[in-house]
Amino acid sequence: MVVESATALARKDVVGISQLDAGEIQLILDTAEELLDVAKRPIKKVPTLRGSTVVNLFMEPSTRTRFSFEVAEKRLSADTLNFSASGSSVSKGETLFDTAQNLMAMAPDFIVIRHPNSGAPHRLAQEVPASIINAGDGINEHPTQALLDAFTMRQHFGSLEGLKVVVAGDIRHSRVARSNAFLLAKMGAEVRFVAPASLLPLEVEELGVITFVRLEPALEDADVVMMLRIQLERQKRVNFPSMREYFDFFALTPERLKLAADRAVVLHPGPMNRGVEIDSLVADGSQSLILEQVTNGVAIRMAILYLLAGGPSEAASDS
Amino acid sequence: MGRTVARMAAEILERDGDSLMLVGIHTRGIPLADRLARALREATGCEVPVGRLDITLYRDDVGPWRPAHQQPVLKKTVLPDFIDDQVIYLVDDVLFTGRTIRAALDTLADWGRPTAVRLAVLIDRGHRELPIAADVVGKALDTTRDEDVQVRLAEVDGEDGVWIGREADNGG
Repeated sequence: MVVESATALARKDVVGISQLDAGEIQLILDTAEELLDVAKRPIKKVPTLRGSTVVNLFMEPSTRTRFSFEVAEKRLSADTLNFSASGSSVSKGETLFDTAQNLMAMAPDFIVIRHPNSGAPHRLAQEVPASIINAGDGINEHPTQALLDAFTMRQHFGSLEGLKVVVAGDIRHSRVARSNAFLLAKMGAEVRFVAPASLLPLEVEELGVITFVRLEPALEDADVVMMLRIQLERQKRVNFPSMREYFDFFALTPERLKLAADRAVVLHPGPMNRGVEIDSLVADGSQSLILEQVTNGVAIRMAILYLLAGGPSEAASDS
Repeated sequence: MGRTVARMAAEILERDGDSLMLVGIHTRGIPLADRLARALREATGCEVPVGRLDITLYRDDVGPWRPAHQQPVLKKTVLPDFIDDQVIYLVDDVLFTGRTIRAALDTLADWGRPTAVRLAVLIDRGHRELPIAADVVGKALDTTRDEDVQVRLAEVDGEDGVWIGREADNGG
């Protein structure tokens, strides 16, 4: 499978990996590759988006993703407005669309949205003319995370094709797992989901992944091991007996990591629960690419902002 | 074209000696910078450092305020050394509106503070939209604004030559 890079991301929004084709994914990864260099220069800023405005609308807590978007926006010289659920009119009962309508009066070019409800970015995209970028919606998708994961894998292995990728943890509540499954399938990698049966989603077969209820068999020959956090805030009831027991059966320890391929690398979207899903020796070990993921995340978000600035038309640029 | 490049190299040498850096602008400025470096080496035996510049992020037509357009594909900027206190020769194939050079100057400014920045172009076809002039010109061409001037280089296009016309018909 040879994936040809698309020539443009001819769309208004990036709301999910499920809407993107392999060529568009490749274009985003290639563009991020060049934008990664901006961080290595004496002046870590380019004027590309000067005069444009980005609203960061975060209706759910986030540190990494919010900072990452903000750094990306600033490196491209966009003006940023930060809006979070607490301390805003949302806590006074305003609906998402009233909030959005009011924000539109400030004429933003982009809205980066994180929202607890799945599908909120998609609905917002239909309502407002600004470009919408999904920074995580409920248990649906987290496209920029999957793109930065893919970028990190490609950077390390050269290509995504044929990679065996284990995604282990709270799959049911993970938009990261879903976006990764969509993306890796489109790019020709093999995805293995591992979780206690109570934490596997019901429609998992539709994602085209292989499922395991134990970590050890899934790790065999694996090139990438991506550990996910247990999302206690999204669980209405406890789906496993105790954190201790979860660690005993599902945590990535140095011994378990030896079952994977010698060249295997470890990813984690953060925030990590050390001693729950991942042993500190693995998190800080030589096979860990967790901090590279953070660096790469900025480049991926810059790439999406840059590519969306062209707008939805296929019209060629005048050079 | 070989003779023109050799003459350009001689002019550079006369003006700044061999203590300088050549920086080619994507796409055809890069093989031109390589050819100038080769000509300088043949003339002096000295190896001149050569860099490459992608000006896309500094263009004035890539922001979201522009009508819908296709964003240009980004390419690599590689500078072989710090550019502070160096004489930099920007190298490009055709000088037209001057907007590319404006963007190139802004790009360089974010990489450092050269002693001087000069401009060497193979073809100056006039019709500037900004107050920019070349220091070393291979050939000045009288053109009308709507004519298309194309430089083709073997490294990129498989052949050497300069074409003028609405269509790419051979105009010499």
